Amino acid sequence: MRALPDWLAPLGAIAGATILAGFFLLLLGADPAAALRALARGAFGDAVALENTLIRTGPLVLVGLGMALAFRCGVWNIGGEGQLYAGALAATAAAVGTGFALPASVALPLILLSGLAAGAAWGAVAGVLKVSRGVSEVLSTLMLNFIAILAVAWAVGGPLQETAATYPQSGAFPAAARLPLMPGTHRLHAGLACALLLPPLLWLFLFRSAAGLRLRAVGLAPRVARYAGISPGRETLRVLVLSGSLAGLAGAIEVAGVTGRLFQNLSPGYGFTAIAVALLARLHPLGVLPAALFFAALASGSGAMQRSAGVPSVTVQVIEAGVILLSAGFALAKRES
Amino acid sequence: MDPLLVALLLSTLRLATPLGLAALGELVAERAGVLNIGIEGMMLAGAFAAFACAAPSGSALLGVLAGAAAGLALAALFALFAIQRRADPIVCGTALNIFALGATGTAYRVLLPPGLVPETAPQVAELLPGVHPFVLLALLLALAIAGFLRGTRPGLALRAAGERAEAAHAQGVPVLAVRWGATLFGGACAGLAGASLVLWISDSFVEGMTSGRGFIALALVLFGRFRAGRILAGALLFGFASALQFRLQAIGLEIPYNLLLMTPYVLTLVVLAVWSGRGTAPADLARPFAPRS
Repeated sequence: MRALPDWLAPLGAIAGATILAGFFLLLLGADPAAALRALARGAFGDAVALENTLIRTGPLVLVGLGMALAFRCGVWNIGGEGQLYAGALAATAAAVGTGFALPASVALPLILLSGLAAGAAWGAVAGVLKVSRGVSEVLSTLMLNFIAILAVAWAVGGPLQETAATYPQSGAFPAAARLPLMPGTHRLHAGLACALLLPPLLWLFLFRSAAGLRLRAVGLAPRVARYAGISPGRETLRVLVLSGSLAGLAGAIEVAGVTGRLFQNLSPGYGFTAIAVALLARLHPLGVLPAALFFAALASGSGAMQRSAGVPSVTVQVIEAGVILLSAGFALAKRES
Repeated sequence: MDPLLVALLLSTLRLATPLGLAALGELVAERAGVLNIGIEGMMLAGAFAAFACAAPSGSALLGVLAGAAAGLALAALFALFAIQRRADPIVCGTALNIFALGATGTAYRVLLPPGLVPETAPQVAELLPGVHPFVLLALLLALAIAGFLRGTRPGLALRAAGERAEAAHAQGVPVLAVRWGATLFGGACAGLAGASLVLWISDSFVEGMTSGRGFIALALVLFGRFRAGRILAGALLFGFASALQFRLQAIGLEIPYNLLLMTPYVLTLVVLAVWSGRGTAPADLARPFAPRS
C-alpha cells in the first residue's frame, strides 16, 4: 500500500478521526450529524464564535511551533502545558510585582519577556536534566507540567492573590498591562500577530539557517550529526529552551491579551493539544497555522455542541486523539529510525 | 503501636498499591522493549469501567474484571499502532492518554447521568484486618514477575525481545507476539490499578481522577531500575511521602496545600536526576521492530 501524498494525509487523518468519533457518539446513543452541525456553528457561525476560535488559535500556534521544532530534533517535549503555565506565572508576577504602575510601553515588553524567559527556563530544566544526567525528557517534562500547574494554583491563592482575596486569582491587569485590541473587534488582541508572524519566521529558521539544519540533523541521525561536529546534547538543550520560550510567550499573551488575570485552569490543555497540532502539521512550521485553527475550532465549537446537541464537550478529545493516532500511524510510519 | 503511626502506614499502603500495580505491568512491557506512556489513560479507563460496572451491579468483583478488561482494550489499541504500525510509541501513548480523558468523560456524562446510577461503588473487602486483596495482588505479581523474568524460558525470550530484538528474532523468538503480550499484560495491570482507585481508595469516579499516577508509575520503573522488588519499594516510598503529606496537612502544619501536592512530582525528578544513567534500560526499548522475512 502506497503512503498518501503529504498534503492529503492530514485531511485523511481528520476525516478518519471524525468518522470514528461519530461512531463513538452513535454507540452512546447521540446524534453525530446534529453534534457536528452544532460544532461548526459554534466555531464559525457568527462574529463572536469566529473571534472565540481565533483567540484559541493563538496559543495553539505558538506552543505547536515549539513542539514541531522539538520533535524535529528528536526531543519529546511533552511539557508545553507546564511551560505555558510557567510563562503565565512569571508574566503575572512581573505585572503584580511592579504594582501595575508602569506605562504600557514598559509594562508590556516586561510582561511578555518575563513569560518568554520563564518558559525558556522551564524547558531548560528538562534540557539540563537530559544532557547532564540522562533523564528522559518525556518523564521530566511530564513532571514539570504538574509542578508548574500546582505552582500557579499556589501563587493565585498566595503571593499573587488579588487584594480583595475573595477568589483564588490574581488582580485584574490594568489597561496599560493589557495587549491592545484590534480595531473593530471585541476580543482579538495584538498578540495574535505573533501567531501569523512566527510560522514563516520559524520556517526560515528551520529550513534556511545553519542552526535549523543542525537541529534537523540531530533529529534525523544523531550519530551522523556528531561526526559532522554537531553536539546532539547542545542541540537538545537549545531546542528545549526555544520551544519552552514559545510556550512561555503563549502563556504571557494569554494573561495579558485574553484573560487579564491569572487563575487556575488558565489553559484548557493547550500544551497537550499542541502535540496534536504539531503532528497534524507534519512538523512543518507553515502547517501549524491551519492545524491550530482546526483544533481551536474543535475546542470553541465544543461548548455549542454540548448546549444544543447534548453531547459532552470532552468528546472533542476523542477526535483529537484520533487525529494524533491516525496521523502518526499512517503518515509518519515511513520516518524510520 | 501508636494509632497515628498505624494510620500513616495503612494510608501508605493505599497510596502505594495502585502505583505499584501499574508500574509492575509497565515493567513487563518495557522489558519486552515497549515504552507505553499511555498507562495513565489505561488506569483512567480501568477506573471508569470499574465504576460503570460495579456501581449499578453492586459487585466489586465485576468492577475488578471490567477495570482489567478496559486497560487491556486500550493496550490493544496502543499495540496496534505502536507495535503493528510501528508508529512512535511516545506519540501513541500521548494520544491514548487524551483519548481516555475524552472517552471516559463523555461516557460518564452520557451513560451515567447523576441520579440514575448509585453515587458510590461497592468496595473490595479486606481478607483479614489490614490485609487487602489489592496489596496481596501487588506482592504476588512482583514475586511472579521477578521469577518469570529471571528463571523461565518465556521470561528469557521476553527479555531478549527487549534487549536485542533482531537477535531474538534470529533465535526464533516471535518478537512481535511477545511485545503484544507484554503490552496487553501491562495494560491489564494499569486497568487493575485504576479499578483499585474506585473500589478501594475513593468509592466514586471523578473525571481525570488518576491525576498523573500513571506517569509516576512510569518513573517508578526507572526508579526501580527495572527490577520488580525495587519498583515495589519505590512505590512504598512514594506512598509514604504522599501519606505523610496528608498527615502534615491534617495536623494543620502551615504548608500550603498546593506545594505539598507537588512533592511526588519533585521527588520523581530528583530521584531520576540522582539515579540517572540509562545503563540498566533494555537496549531496544522504544525501538519498533520489523521482522525481515
